[in-house]
Formats: sequence, C-alpha cells, structure tokens
Amino acid sequence: MSPRANSKLEPSKTNPDFIRNFCIIAHIDHGKSTLADRMLQLTGVVDDRSMRAQYLDRMDIERERGITIKSQAVRMPWEFEKQVYALNMIDTPGHVDFTYEVSRSLAACEGAVLLVDAAQGIEAQTLANLYLAMENDLTIIPVLNKIDLPAAQPEKYAEELANLIGGNPEDCLRVSGKTGVGVDELLNKIIQTVPHPVGDPNAPARAMIFDSVYDSYRGVVTYVRMVDGSLSNREKITMMSTKAVHDLLEIGVSSPEPEPTKGLGVGEVGYLITGVKDVRQSKVGDTVTTAMKSAAVALKGYSEPKPMVYSGIYPIDGSDYPILREALDKLKLSDASLVYEPETSVALGFGFRCGFLGLLHLEIITERLEREFNLELIATAPSVIYEVTLDDKKEITVTNPSEYPTGKIAKVLEPMVRATILSPKDYVGAIMELCQGRRGVMVDMQYFGTDRVQLRYDMPLAEIVFDFFDHLKSKTQGYASLDYEENGLAQGDLVKVDILLQGEQVDAFSAIVHKDKAYAYGVMMTTKLRELIPRQQFEVPIQAAVGARIIARESIRAMRKDVLAKCYGGDISRKRKLLEKQKEGKKRMKMVGRVEVPQEAFIAALTSDSEKKGKKKGD
Amino acid sequence: MPQFPKGEPAPADGLIPLQAAVSSVDKTFHAYIHVPYCKARCGYCDFNTYTSEEIGSSSQGTFAQTLIKEIEFSAGVLDSSSFPSRKLSTVFFGGGTPTLLPAGDLVVILQKLESVFGLEPGLDITTEANPDSVDESYLQELKDAGFTRVSIGMQSAVPKVLAVLERTHNPDNVARAIAAAKKVGLATSVDLIYGSPTESLEDWKRSLQAAIDLDTEHISAYSLIVEEGTKLARQIKSGLVAQPDEDLHADMYELADQMLSSVGFTNYEVSNWSKTVQTRSAHNMAYWKSMDWWGYGPGAHSHVGGVRWWNVKNPAAYQERISASISPALERELIDEENRNIERVMLETRIAEGINLAWLKEQGFASSQAVAELIAEELIEAKAVFSGWIKLTLKGRLLADLVVRKLIN
Repeated sequence: MSPRANSKLEPSKTNPDFIRNFCIIAHIDHGKSTLADRMLQLTGVVDDRSMRAQYLDRMDIERERGITIKSQAVRMPWEFEKQVYALNMIDTPGHVDFTYEVSRSLAACEGAVLLVDAAQGIEAQTLANLYLAMENDLTIIPVLNKIDLPAAQPEKYAEELANLIGGNPEDCLRVSGKTGVGVDELLNKIIQTVPHPVGDPNAPARAMIFDSVYDSYRGVVTYVRMVDGSLSNREKITMMSTKAVHDLLEIGVSSPEPEPTKGLGVGEVGYLITGVKDVRQSKVGDTVTTAMKSAAVALKGYSEPKPMVYSGIYPIDGSDYPILREALDKLKLSDASLVYEPETSVALGFGFRCGFLGLLHLEIITERLEREFNLELIATAPSVIYEVTLDDKKEITVTNPSEYPTGKIAKVLEPMVRATILSPKDYVGAIMELCQGRRGVMVDMQYFGTDRVQLRYDMPLAEIVFDFFDHLKSKTQGYASLDYEENGLAQGDLVKVDILLQGEQVDAFSAIVHKDKAYAYGVMMTTKLRELIPRQQFEVPIQAAVGARIIARESIRAMRKDVLAKCYGGDISRKRKLLEKQKEGKKRMKMVGRVEVPQEAFIAALTSDSEKKGKKKGD
Repeated sequence: MPQFPKGEPAPADGLIPLQAAVSSVDKTFHAYIHVPYCKARCGYCDFNTYTSEEIGSSSQGTFAQTLIKEIEFSAGVLDSSSFPSRKLSTVFFGGGTPTLLPAGDLVVILQKLESVFGLEPGLDITTEANPDSVDESYLQELKDAGFTRVSIGMQSAVPKVLAVLERTHNPDNVARAIAAAKKVGLATSVDLIYGSPTESLEDWKRSLQAAIDLDTEHISAYSLIVEEGTKLARQIKSGLVAQPDEDLHADMYELADQMLSSVGFTNYEVSNWSKTVQTRSAHNMAYWKSMDWWGYGPGAHSHVGGVRWWNVKNPAAYQERISASISPALERELIDEENRNIERVMLETRIAEGINLAWLKEQGFASSQAVAELIAEELIEAKAVFSGWIKLTLKGRLLADLVVRKLIN
C-alpha cells in the first residue's frame, strides 16, 4: 500500500466521489492533536522539518492546555488502490462550552473518527460529541489511541466501545499518534467507510460556515463546506442570515498553510477571505451563496450563540479600563460568542459584565485578556441567568446578583442542565453525595463494561458554575469526567445573600443561592473577609444578609496601635519613605464606606480555594 | 538608625548647596555626637554600635580626637556654604554608650564645640548613660564641664525582661546612678522599653513603678520595635521567642500614660513624658521642630538647611575619611518643599502642642473631611481643632501614623 500520494487532486475540480470529509472526536488529552500531526506528516502536507508539536493548535493557550478552541480544516492527499483522494480533516473544538461550534463542524463531515485513550477509556465529553455525530448521521470509526503506553488496555476499551456504538471489538482500530503505528490503516479505513459528499453541482451555491477566525493580517478567515454549486474567486457573495454582500478576495484550501485556489466545488472544504474585520459579519452556521444567483433556502442549523454564564471583569488598576475595553473589542473580532457591556461596581470600580458560553470559555477569555493585553484582572464569581417574575407580573432577567430585585418576587426560573458524569465505579458514592449536595436529581445510572459507570443528573447550572468540577475531580482522584447540556428552566427556591461591611453592601460579593445554602454562603464569606481585611481604627462588622435579615456576622477588631515608637534624627528619612510607600499602597485600596479594603482581599475573596487548578497538559 | 535610607552620593567637600542656607533662617542649631561603642550588644538593638571585641579598643582611644576633627571640618563647611554663624542651642551625646569613654573625652568634645560655635546660655547638654558605666565622680566631671542632664538606659526593672532584651546591666545600679546624678546636680531621665516577648502587663507595671520611684523629671517609654537584622528578629522568626502582641502594646501604653499622669508627668511627645515644660528634652524637641543639627560620629545623621546626610557607619572608615579631610558623609538627600512639609506633619503631629491647622490647610493638607473623620474617631481633640490646632488624643497617639496619613492624603 503506498502511503503517500504522488499527485494531488486540484481543488474546485475534484470529483466528490474522491473526497472524504471527516473529523476527530476525542476528549481533551486523548491525543487528537498528536494524531492530527502524524496524519499531516504521513500525507506529506507538512514536511518533517517544519513539523512542530500540535501543529494545528495556533494559539499559545491551545498548545499549553492541549485543547483546541478554534477548529480548522486541513486538506490532505492520500492514495488508496491507485486512486488519489482528497481527505478533509476538520478539527473540532473539544469542550462542552463550544457544543454549538462542534455541531457545525460535524455538519461539515460525513464521518467521524472516535478517538479514545487506550489507557483511560471514553469520557463524558466524548460521549456528548459522539451523540452529536450520530445525530448528524456520521459514519463512526472507533479508534483506540496511545496503544504504546504500558497502561494501555485496548481489549477492555475496545469491548467498551463496541458496547456503546455496536459492532465488534475487533473493528476498533489501534493506533499510536506518538509513534505513528496504525495511522496509515486509519487513513485507508476513512476512504473505505466514510461516504463521499453528495450535492447538486448545478444548483445555486450553498456553503455552510463552520468556523470563522480573525487574523490580524488578513481580517476574518471563514471556513466553509460547499454543499451545492460552487464558489469562485473574485465573485460577490451573500451571507444568507444578514443578506450582507462581500467581495470574495481570496478562496482556497488549507494544506495546512493557506493555498489560494480558483474556487471550491461540491463537497469541498476550504476558506474564504472577504476583507471583513469582525467575525460577527461571518457567523458560524450561516450559509454563503453567490450574489448573482442566490440560493432560495439557507442550510438548516444556524443559531445565534447564547451566553450561559456571566461574570464581571474589572481591571485591578482602574486606569486600565480603556485598555480592557479595547482588548474586549479585539477579542470580539475573533469570538462571536463573547458578549459584554460596561458595568460599575461600588467595590471594584469600572468594568464589564461579560457573557460566556461556559466556564472554560470564561477562563480562556480572561487568560487571553491577561496574557495578550498584559492586563491584571479580577473576575467576579460566575453567575447564571435568572428569569424573575415579580408579584406585579413584571419580568426581569438577572445576570448580575447585585441586580436581583428586592421587591416581592412571585417566581424565579433558573437554567437547568443534564449532567453526564463518567467514572470508575468505586467513586459512585462520592459523586452521588456531591450531586445531591448540589441540588442534583438523578436521571439514571448505567454501567459501561465492568467497572465504569455513567451517572446522569438534572441539576441547576448555577450549582455547576462554581467549583463543581474541581470538587468532582478531587472526590474521584481526577478519574471522573463531566459533560452537561442545557435542559430548560426550572423554578427555584432562591434568595440573594448580600455581604455588608459596616452596614454598606459590597456588590461584588452578593450571590444568588438556594434558600438552604444561604447560611453556609454567609458564614463562608464573612469568615473569609474577616481574615482578608486588615484591622481598621474602628471595629468593622461584617454581615451576611438575606433582605433585611442578618444570617451571619463576624467582626474585625479595631486596630489600636499604628505608631512608630521612636522618631529621632536618624529615623526621619526612613519614616518619610515608609509614609510614601503606604501612600502608594493606598492606591490599591478600595473604600467601602469608611473601610479600606485592599484589592488583594477582593481577589482572594472572589477566588474559590480550589480554583487554582493545574494547567492541563498537552499530549 | 537601622537601615540607611537611599540617598544620592554626598560630595567629598561636604559643602551644602547655597539655597539651603536660606531655609536655615529662624532655625536654631544643635549638635548630636554619636559614640558607637557598647560593652555588649543587646539582642534588640540595630543601632550603629560596636563592641570592643569587634573593632579592638584602639579606635575607642582616638575617638575623641577624630570627632574633634569633624567639628573643625563642620565649621569650615558651614562657613564656606555661607551659613550665618549660630551658637549651639543643645548638645546631645548618644550611642552606643557614650559613658564607655572616659568623662574627659566627652568633656574635650564639648569644649571643642564651645570654642568653635559657642553655646547659648542655659542650653541643655545631655548624655545617655549605661547605669553600670557611671559613678558619682564621673558624673561630677561632666557636671563641672557644663553638662546639665543625664539619660539612663533603664529599659526594665524586671530581670526576666532584661534577659530577653539581653541587657547586662544590674537593675540596682539604675537607682545608684540616678542618685549620683541628682547629688551632683544633673537633671535625670530614664528610658524604658515595653512589650518585650514574655513581658506581662504586671511586669510592665512593676517597671513603671520602679521608674516613678526614682523620682526623675523625665521618662521615655518605647514599645519594642523588632528591627530586621537583629538577633531578636531572628529569634522571633525561628519561633524561639514569641511575636510581640500589638494589642498588649496598646494596653501597656495606656497603663504608662495613666500611671505617669497620676504622679504629675505630662506626655509631650508620643513616647515622652516630663514633669514640666522646662524638663523636656530640648534636644529632641529640636528634631521634632525640624531645626538644624549636625550629627557627629560614625553613622550619625545631620539635617542642615533642608539637606540631610548620614555618615559612613564603620568607625575605621569614618576615621580614615576624617584623617584625609574628606567629608565622612556617605550619602545625602536634598529635601524638597513637599517632603519638608510632609516631614513637618509627621513630626509635629507627635508633639503635645500639635500642628497648626491653618498651616496644614495652606499646604493642601488636612481636608475638612479628614479632620471631621479624625474628630469622629476621637483621634484628635475637637476643642483644639476649634482653636486651630491638631492635637492627638490618647487614642490618637497610639494611631499617630494613621493620623499623619489621613492629614497628608
């Protein structure tokens, strides 16, 4: 079998029969990027010299964390039984926060490689994406990766996969992305089993946008999958959702570096450049057609990205506010799902209320802001969206706990999720305890193979956004995996807990919690603040309150001594310099009423103890 | 004199910029003599001191002669820098232990100062003394030469506390030294330190009572400051000795004020109590009033005409410079108007007369909001504010640094 094709099929003129579009579904550290690297090398599109680890993960954060945030497509030639084929590998984001993007990537494929770590087995995250792939009628190719590892148990997990998707354990391919074993077989198998794309070459053009990336040199690069008809260079194109018309400045395929082509035909995957500067003008899921001969009906599946989690983001140094604004504007160019609006906090000053697809999205955005724009930030505790109905039937949407109405509340709806947790069976008890403590209601429990269990719970999203994952990991020694999907709204018995310093409410610390947890939150927060806020010259009561009712109280004793005992000739300069230093320090103090609170206290109080989790390593 | 501040290099000729002379108008002139020798170093002390084992006794023998040369040098500098000639308003010998030197050494230094600058009539001439190193004849010699006052390092009357501080003196010698000073006609003062590790409020009460029983005119009481780099700081860090408790310090301060007031002392600076205005330390008042002083000796700080400098610390290096007619100043700082004003607030806030509110306002300090808050928090006396002065209350004295910050911010 000849591994490498000697010639390539010319884009825009490729017979769809010889095209295979596939993606790889895998959990974060199961080796997707490494496998993709091997494919790039084996097919010869990247030579050995320019190969770098995780070639497709362009952002530093992606490479460091070993996760793919933005998907891309690579066209690779491969010869099978004397016929040259064009394989389009579409790299999908691997995280639950990006489910919508995943679903669009899947919609661009006919097949999916289900990649599972032969030492760990399938994870909840992968199950979710596998489910989406099956919904899209994709042909699934089960593959066990990392068979070179001493801890690999390919028989066990092949059995598990067969159990899950049907078929025989023997059908499961065994590869090692690291050594390259089995990768050529996998490429052949893709050609043999994945159906070729089908479309009408003579119909008006319809291309589905599955990714849209901002590039500071080229503007927005839009990745599309041609469904019907064709697009060619220099044509005018129309975005069907907005009817906006753009000039097609460049069209091409990634291999994996961009290669301009004359156009794209049925079933092909490639990129478009129109000179627009904002990804919102080129939305994932939208349909591209030609302006001259527009399609009548858009491809189905488009929806606007919807934030699930909100957090206030504030610069530590108030004078960085304009830089933060600019930074958000820039990130927005490449991330249509990021939403934000200015917000003022008594405690934290000027900042932005930002909406995110989920917790990882929040983490990635704050990390990018800090790293790429050199900002020091405080993010308030993440909050979900509450739909509040007042007694007078007025409805309010609350994304910030401090805006929670104080009047008579008739009903509060909170977002629910269905959480899927996969774990070795030894930890079932601990997981159940954790979920029940988080208002979880069990849906079902299912065994995979002999020792792995899937638990499904319905629970409020709010219970997941704050340190749930960390607790899950620590209770299961890191073995459990979590996935969740939206599951509508449910009425909750919720209250707002306010924190008062010397009678002044500190907005950044308000939280909406279940009635039964108000006391615990109040005690946790008041105790924490007592330790974090330095003594003042007066006693400072710290209270937690639900409405007018005080539920917890601590107090910081008054500071009684703040004076240098000796101040003679030799002490004066030193003392003055100390004073200057204290004056500098005061700039980092925020006043809450008369109480001076160091910035660090806010940060520490808003950071959960377990939040300092280690960075996930790449594979 | 712990860590030196950071300054600019001082010039070899020691000359003071011309414009500085202007700011010396209306300022009295004072001399401080630093004698850097001690018999043994105390565990809490980070002053510029040396035991004879550390540097040998030779430099101690020539110390007075070297110092006299710095006096001559200083006269030349002031003259060349166009300062008006001023008599000395106070002289203070500190250390270290000045009384480790023969009384005759202190006397020749004083005589040199007198011959070079002249002495104001009735001026206060003080020396610090270790209770073990003075007797009646020693004190008599000082008195005869014109010394007016002796300040004894008592620190505590409780042996356990003296041990923690590594003070080696015999507590009984304090009463003997005070009695001798009184007999020869010197005014007396004692220094106390409170808040040492293991010291209880009861211990402190005992020391205060002992000091009161000495029947001196002046008492200084300092809370123990654990300075970095001292043996005590290392002992605390390693857990051998307990960290002093600031709340207990406050209790001790309040006890001191209460006990001393009840026997006729008045607090006139955060850490100083005196029977009358006349028995205050006139020399220390000069520091707090931002007067001009020349500090002689290794590591001494000077403040003349808006310039502050500090001498090299090491006695041998000091001697070497003086012998070569090079200024012993290591570094200096030119204090600009803003910092001069800040220093004034810092210092004058500490004294009983307080600081003038109108002056503060002129400098842009003491916002009405800040003053109102200080009154509300009972840190300054409302009555004094109404007549135009900021004066600390007892509570305010314990939080004097905070008051200063509020006034200048």
